[in-house]
Amino acid sequence: MSDHVLPIRSYLNVFFALMLLTALTTAAAFVDFGSFNDVIAMAIAGTKAGLVIAIFMHVKYQSPLIRIFAVAGFAWLLIFFVLILTDYQARLPVPGWGS
Amino acid sequence: MPEATTAAPIAHHFSSAEQQNETAAIGMWAFLVQEVMFFGGLFTVYLVYRNLHPHAFLEGSGHLPVGLGTLNTVVLIGSSLTMALAVRCAQLGRGKGTAGYILATMALAGVFLAVKTIEYGSKWDDALIPGVRWDPWPGADPHLNLFYALYFIMTGMHAIHMLVGLVLMVFVALRSLRGRYSPQNHIGVEILGLYWHFVDLVWIFLFPLLYLLNAGGH
Repeated sequence: MSDHVLPIRSYLNVFFALMLLTALTTAAAFVDFGSFNDVIAMAIAGTKAGLVIAIFMHVKYQSPLIRIFAVAGFAWLLIFFVLILTDYQARLPVPGWGS
Repeated sequence: MPEATTAAPIAHHFSSAEQQNETAAIGMWAFLVQEVMFFGGLFTVYLVYRNLHPHAFLEGSGHLPVGLGTLNTVVLIGSSLTMALAVRCAQLGRGKGTAGYILATMALAGVFLAVKTIEYGSKWDDALIPGVRWDPWPGADPHLNLFYALYFIMTGMHAIHMLVGLVLMVFVALRSLRGRYSPQNHIGVEILGLYWHFVDLVWIFLFPLLYLLNAGGH
């Protein structure tokens, strides 16, 4: 377990980083980057999630077993999304189905 | 200085406090991975329908209040900070500090839910609740209801998770005040923290996916 007591400063730094990234993602949404708006938004959200998981949830300081649990959940979800998208992005229309 | 404590000793089937704590943490992570799958299903529905009807999602998102969404993001991340500090106090054996930070977390959660209530109220006024009160503006995308249905299901499930968290916080804060946690055994606080940070994680993704698609009207 985390006998590791982090200084308050560490938590504040993460908090300010998260605030900065929130401001960044909101500002970026007002600029037209074409399809890259989604890429930017998800990259920023992913960075924020990483900070929360690593520091706030102490995963950085946990045993490898807990780290595997944490990574497995999110990694599986990404595989799931990729496989779903291969279908919806690349599937050819079936004659006689849909419009 | 750690306060006096009546924290439970190690259960007889564990060989050390460390093993006991890790077992509990693993159990919580197993639950959180299940939660990832649960919300993952909702995000998948979002992914598929947005692929099929991108215009409906742009139009719907353009009518959500970016300001209130941003405010709630700041408030919820702030509540994650106070929760992290509550866990830190528990690590140091400061029961009153833990209870105080949990109270601050509850206050911020209250602000979040109040803002959410205002947003839901304006959706009621604008008749933008699919299946309940649905009468969108003329010329709206015929698939607009998909966006708003997802908006209510995703933010609604998220809000229900927050309500559960608030109930848990009352219990943990009271136990903390009674000195039931010690620097060696405060896994209850730690687990509550994990749960709350997970709720924050879900919102971190919901915010850009729902509120920011069409912020600039481009």
